[in-house]
Amino acid sequence: MELWFSERHTPNVKLSIRVDKQLVSVQSDFQRIDIYDSNEFGRFLTLDGYMMLTEMDEFIYHDMIVHVPMAVHPSPKNILVVGAGDGGVARELCKYDCVEHIDLVEIDEKVVEVCKEYLPETAIGLYDKRISIYFEDGLKFIRRYNNEYDLIIVDSTDPFGPGEGLFAKEFYGNCYKALKEDGIMINQHESPFYKEDALIVQRVHKRIIDTFDICRLYQAHIPTYPSGHWLFGFASKKYHPIKDLKTKQWKALGIETKYYNTKLHVGAFALPNYVEELLKNVEPED
Amino acid sequence: MNRELQNKAPIMEALEAFKKMRVVPFDVPGHKHGRGNPELTAFLGEQCMMVDVNSMKPLDNLCHPVSVIREAEKLAADAFGSTNAFLMTNGTTSAVQAMILSTCKKEDKIILPRNVHRSVINALILCGAVPVYVNPHTHDRLGIALGMSVSEVEAAIKANPDAVAVLVNNPTYYGICSDLRSITNIAHEHNMLVLVDEAHGTHFYFGKDMPVSAMAADADIASVSMHKSGGSLTQSSFLLTGKRINHNRVRQIINLTQTTSGSYLLMSSLDVSRKNLALNGEHIYSKVVAMADYARNEINKIGDYYAYAGELINGDTIYDFDNTKLSVNTLEIGLAGIEVYDILRDEYDIQTEFGDLANFLAYLSAGDRFRDIERLVSALAEIRRRYKHSKLGMLKQEYISPKVVVAPQQAFYSLNKSLPIRECSGRVCTEFVMCYPPGIPILAPGEEITDDIIEYIIYSKEKGSTLTGTEDPNVEYINVLS
Repeated sequence: MELWFSERHTPNVKLSIRVDKQLVSVQSDFQRIDIYDSNEFGRFLTLDGYMMLTEMDEFIYHDMIVHVPMAVHPSPKNILVVGAGDGGVARELCKYDCVEHIDLVEIDEKVVEVCKEYLPETAIGLYDKRISIYFEDGLKFIRRYNNEYDLIIVDSTDPFGPGEGLFAKEFYGNCYKALKEDGIMINQHESPFYKEDALIVQRVHKRIIDTFDICRLYQAHIPTYPSGHWLFGFASKKYHPIKDLKTKQWKALGIETKYYNTKLHVGAFALPNYVEELLKNVEPED
Repeated sequence: MNRELQNKAPIMEALEAFKKMRVVPFDVPGHKHGRGNPELTAFLGEQCMMVDVNSMKPLDNLCHPVSVIREAEKLAADAFGSTNAFLMTNGTTSAVQAMILSTCKKEDKIILPRNVHRSVINALILCGAVPVYVNPHTHDRLGIALGMSVSEVEAAIKANPDAVAVLVNNPTYYGICSDLRSITNIAHEHNMLVLVDEAHGTHFYFGKDMPVSAMAADADIASVSMHKSGGSLTQSSFLLTGKRINHNRVRQIINLTQTTSGSYLLMSSLDVSRKNLALNGEHIYSKVVAMADYARNEINKIGDYYAYAGELINGDTIYDFDNTKLSVNTLEIGLAGIEVYDILRDEYDIQTEFGDLANFLAYLSAGDRFRDIERLVSALAEIRRRYKHSKLGMLKQEYISPKVVVAPQQAFYSLNKSLPIRECSGRVCTEFVMCYPPGIPILAPGEEITDDIIEYIIYSKEKGSTLTGTEDPNVEYINVLS
């Protein structure tokens, strides 16, 4: 018997992973949640049939969404994480002693429940004492805050379905308001490769540059995401992602990472020409 | 209402049967089930083109319905609690015109509020009836026109015992309801008919704890925009008649102006939507009200915005409020409603129904989702953060009491000349000037143009309202009696 999980990356391209067995399938109020075991990628989580994370490559995503801002901000104490019910972002953040408190806002309680049971390696981050978990729409949660956070990490799903609001201009504006005067926002910025996805990268970039003073994108290679070429957004009120990188201090922390290092940090902000071009089209002329 | 019968959708069922017959079309429309127009078929879908057909024996005829359309009318009448119902495919405008043309002749008087939709005054131009306006009053803080005061309607009835009908606009675009039962009783005591423009009140017939509907209040004719809160396709509508009305005569009147090629897309959408509301309306509208209540609460928490509802009720000019309407006053932000409306669309990709000088309206319906409400609320919070400034110099007055010098029909067909707007003071207008939406005239044919009105029109243009109605497409000149 051959059992395959397939996800369409475009109407004409799909990625298939051979599945050993399906462990769970539940329909929450928001989406369908599935967990599979595979030989190549280990255990993996999908939402509405879209790949969220695999045991094999989640370290790339979580390293890059967390350690990049943590090596720039001099003292990130109070942090908001939007989405990330799998616990991976929290796990990485909790490696830092300077972090005093993390608010984690996940729209779907079922995701946390399933991850705690089936993905203990990432969900371990959810048990730290410094974390408060809220089950509500991130767009709603953030409205009430003003000058509150040092860092906001937006670990959204895709710009359709329940995560739609986390790609809206009003959400980024609300994040700006909720950040302190030297705050940083990091967001999952989709892939620049396929045409439809590239349009989203462009629209989201436009919305963020309309809101934040400093906006840079950086990249990572994530094998199970469409095209494998993935972007993150670095938006900030004060700190520059490279000029303000605190290489020495970060190394002194002795944090173990499998993907991230400070050399790669600098390199990740160097983008291919076609991506630079894509972004320049929506940036204001100097 | 007979729930079992309401399960049927005779027009849709007839179209389904028609599809299965695989009839060879040697009749119009010429696209022949879409084959003759591949680009349009690719755009709209084969399913849709397949049922864009003409009247024929198994599908009945809208102008003289005897089978499936007649059956759909009867089911609609049962669902709405009226004696008869007519499927309208020329918009609610055609329903409003049929309502007035069926009850008023040349020189008959009709009592109505001035904040009516243009289609009402258009009907007066067509039939030559003379309007007797009852001032709808304006809410001091909000700058919106209210409902009709019962005592003022009564006074108008007594002062004009020869009037033939009273027209009530219920609810208004903003959700304000008049005391329809009392107005109907008084009008009937004086042998006048009651016509209700219920374009924004389809849900009153199906929701729970809604303001009273026209048919429940024993009014005589109502125009119901099924396509607004009822979910049918744009331009489809119902005309409802009560027991005092000769429906065969109404059919003749409708046929004066109605198309003889009634669209089966529109008719089937009315049929299916009626079925849906009859069976699920209560549930649908309780969800809509819950969303609107939630949105109001969240918007009011932002500060400065005022999303209003039932607390406005005053027993007379605001006899009741339609809680599905999400009307928001924006003056404290220092922005006109139309400016917030524009920012929402241009910067946040959120389209609301309309904005006036002091308010905007977000239309909620069965198709809305809580997560979209969150976007609206968050965008409003952002607009406040980014744009708030002093409200000094903001206008809000929406209602300027008109001085009717000549009847609309007479003014419209009189000799006229075109003058620059600033030179029109003291002249009598022969055309409409209105912001669209909402399409309520600032000036109607036959009314005197005053300095206040000129200032209001210029201010509305400055704030970005789309002005329409004049022969001059730029609304820089107005036609006046020469």
